[in-house]
Amino acid sequence: MKMHAAKRVEIMVEAVMENQITRSLTAAGVTGFTILPVLGGSGRSGQWTREGSVSRASGMIAVVCLIAPQRLDHLLETLFPVLNDHIGVVSVTDTQILRAERF
Amino acid sequence: MTLDKLPPFTICCTRITAVGTRPMDQILTLAGQNLLSPVILCFVLGLAAALARSDLTFPEAIAKGMSLYLLFSIGFKGGASVAEHGADLRLGLAVLVGVVLSLILPFVAYALLRGLSRGISATDAAAVAGHYGSISIVTFVAISSLLQARGISIEGYMVAVAAAMEAPAIVSALWLATRSGGGGKITPDLWHEILLNGSIVLLLGAFIIGWITGERGLAEIAPLIVTPFKGVLCLFLLDMGIVAGRGLRNARGIITPGVLAFGVLMPLVGATFGALAGLALGLSVGGLAVMMALTASASYIAVPAAMRVALPRANPALYLTLALAITFPFNLTLGIPLFMALASTLAGG
Repeated sequence: MKMHAAKRVEIMVEAVMENQITRSLTAAGVTGFTILPVLGGSGRSGQWTREGSVSRASGMIAVVCLIAPQRLDHLLETLFPVLNDHIGVVSVTDTQILRAERF
Repeated sequence: MTLDKLPPFTICCTRITAVGTRPMDQILTLAGQNLLSPVILCFVLGLAAALARSDLTFPEAIAKGMSLYLLFSIGFKGGASVAEHGADLRLGLAVLVGVVLSLILPFVAYALLRGLSRGISATDAAAVAGHYGSISIVTFVAISSLLQARGISIEGYMVAVAAAMEAPAIVSALWLATRSGGGGKITPDLWHEILLNGSIVLLLGAFIIGWITGERGLAEIAPLIVTPFKGVLCLFLLDMGIVAGRGLRNARGIITPGVLAFGVLMPLVGATFGALAGLALGLSVGGLAVMMALTASASYIAVPAAMRVALPRANPALYLTLALAITFPFNLTLGIPLFMALASTLAGG
């Protein structure tokens, strides 16, 4: 079966930024994405867990999207001003997809 | 009338006065009784479990569910109380005073923190100040519950005062941050976060429903929002104890002596402002104690989220640890008995 090259962009960011991130994705033409809750982790501020937490301030989410390689730069340029000062990590991975016309 | 026929809290005060016991003894007696209540002991259990690295924990969804329940219950009961006793000019005045206090207290907190901890950045100080101008709704719930257990009523509209005090402090904090070059623009997203924050919407919404439906409405749903209230509060404070203990465990390097001193002193400074305002408003003993607890407390639900949006460069570990792991336990164990004793002295007649 024919596979097509694509980029998998994973944005690990503070939960309070969910609306701003999804708006930026939409503005960059990315209409398909998945938002996942993050259970906990460890970073420069030490370990954390979402268990028992009432405030959204200390929670993180992961936003994952798959896009065509030529759209990557535009997406990252749109995302950067929103994410610049916030806690989080953005990673881009080479991947392959089946139905290229959807991305 | 014999002393034994008076409500519990009156018995306590009258006996102390009768034997000429000093106010400090009264505070210590109240603190002792407070510390042995199920609500506080549950918090201590959670704190101890987290410090001992137990795996005791509440799933996030349950913690949020309990918080929604408590907000709905306290809001509804406050509204029903206003419906029963009637709303007058004092309601509007109390809300206005609450807003003014919330706007002013961040400036006091900012100056105190920078005075006690010179190494702290202006942005961090502004973010912390915003938390101390706002209020902790759980502290409000805790003192309301403890007052109720002693037969002391509070003005129903104090719920509206609590809700009104949540947000104005954020504006002051952002002004302080902007003045020091630390950013802090109020964007539409931030306004959304401030004004449509779920806890404020639920608290105010339940208050309005309680006000509209009154005692009849309260009686209809009392089996849900009155009878189990204290049990849910115990479980919620157990969870808060776990979260506070976890914060304390990870506080190494964040809590300097100056920061620690701020976390204990600022509640007392805030309570002084609250006491003056409450006396000027002519609040009852219960209302005055609640006003002191509100101004002494620091937000850890609404303001942290707003600060993450508006001041992302401020250190969240600093303001969350201060609000949740230092000031909240201080208020719960020592602050509340102190405020209750002072309120009965100042407004008890």
